[in-house]
Amino acid sequence: MSARFPVHEIPGTPIFDGAAARKGYALNRMCFSFNDKANRDAFVADEAAYCERFGLTPEQRQAVEHRNVLEMIAAGGNVYYLAKLAGILGLNVQDLGAQQTGMSVEDFKQKLVEAGQ
Amino acid sequence: MARIVGGIGVSHVPAIGGAIARGLQQEPYWKPFFDGFERAHRWLAEMQPDVVVAIYNDHGLNFFLDKLPTFAVGAAAEYFNADEGWGLPVQRPYAGDPELSWHLIESLVADEFDVTMCQEMVVDHGLVNPMQLLWPGKTRPVRVVPVTINTVQHPLPSPARCFKLGQAIGRAIEEYEEDVRVLVLGTGGLSHQLDGTRAGFINKPFDLMSMDKLATDPKALTKITSLELIEMAGSQGVELLNWIAMRGALGARVTEVHRSYHIPISNTAAGLLVLETAPAVLHANAA
Repeated sequence: MSARFPVHEIPGTPIFDGAAARKGYALNRMCFSFNDKANRDAFVADEAAYCERFGLTPEQRQAVEHRNVLEMIAAGGNVYYLAKLAGILGLNVQDLGAQQTGMSVEDFKQKLVEAGQ
Repeated sequence: MARIVGGIGVSHVPAIGGAIARGLQQEPYWKPFFDGFERAHRWLAEMQPDVVVAIYNDHGLNFFLDKLPTFAVGAAAEYFNADEGWGLPVQRPYAGDPELSWHLIESLVADEFDVTMCQEMVVDHGLVNPMQLLWPGKTRPVRVVPVTINTVQHPLPSPARCFKLGQAIGRAIEEYEEDVRVLVLGTGGLSHQLDGTRAGFINKPFDLMSMDKLATDPKALTKITSLELIEMAGSQGVELLNWIAMRGALGARVTEVHRSYHIPISNTAAGLLVLETAPAVLHANAA
């Protein structure tokens, strides 16, 4: 951090900067592996062992156990990679949005529709 | 000599690929979105581009955080699509244009854009969905040169830098001695945000203003930072950077052929903007 690069906070908006990238590396690396079906299957077959293999931190491990997106982001997860984990868990981006905003999925979808009116 | 026939800004929401695979184009949810492409199809049939320079952002298919280039140019003879992890059917490969790729790379580096050069590049929904939207069905009448901009790992390049990248791409194409007609694509956006407690954020007034400015006064969009862009367009709305770069390649004057805008597609405000470049003589006068 320096005067040249002041922090620009945007409420409710995670910024995936260097600090987040360092913190989240193991979690994001695991999620990147889910581009391969064999790896998705291995995660489903033995989640704990798969997380262990990628060296997830206790905070990341817990966030994954909780299926909690905000916790995963706090642990350094990046949404582009987390989306691949969400796919395994059967969650689409409306489910993710509803979970993070504390809304029902129906209410979240309605909010999107209203943004167009 | 090569000629840029125009540019298209188009959303690339993953769900579009699913809708195409399942043939949902006429369903009430999807129809207003897909109907917007009819004019683009007619325009493309008139313009007959040979090559598409497709400016998009990779979403963790080709690039991981171990090595993440700010700007990269594909230089392959063929580009493979691949499994992204959430069930989109994998599309068959797209033909590349290595001659144009290497010309672009030479020209960009000479212009001080020190791009990453990729002789292998798997292309994700950021490229594949727009291609399916613009050329539906099995025909593949164009070759592709992919150009990626990092929108994943901060710091992101600024809107001003992306516009200049586009200008450098435009110069490179104009100097290319092969007689090819080039379309420039900028994909992604418009406003949307997937992550954080502001998830679901959409900003219709900003999107409409952005499309106006892209058509008439693109430099207005280069006066803000990427973080200011995120504030106004959402975390993933920052993909507007790809549209800004596309616009940079088109030169001073364009004619807006068509636009459509629809909320929501998935969590996104979906946009389509078709811009035709001025005839060469006007272009030269404007410069």
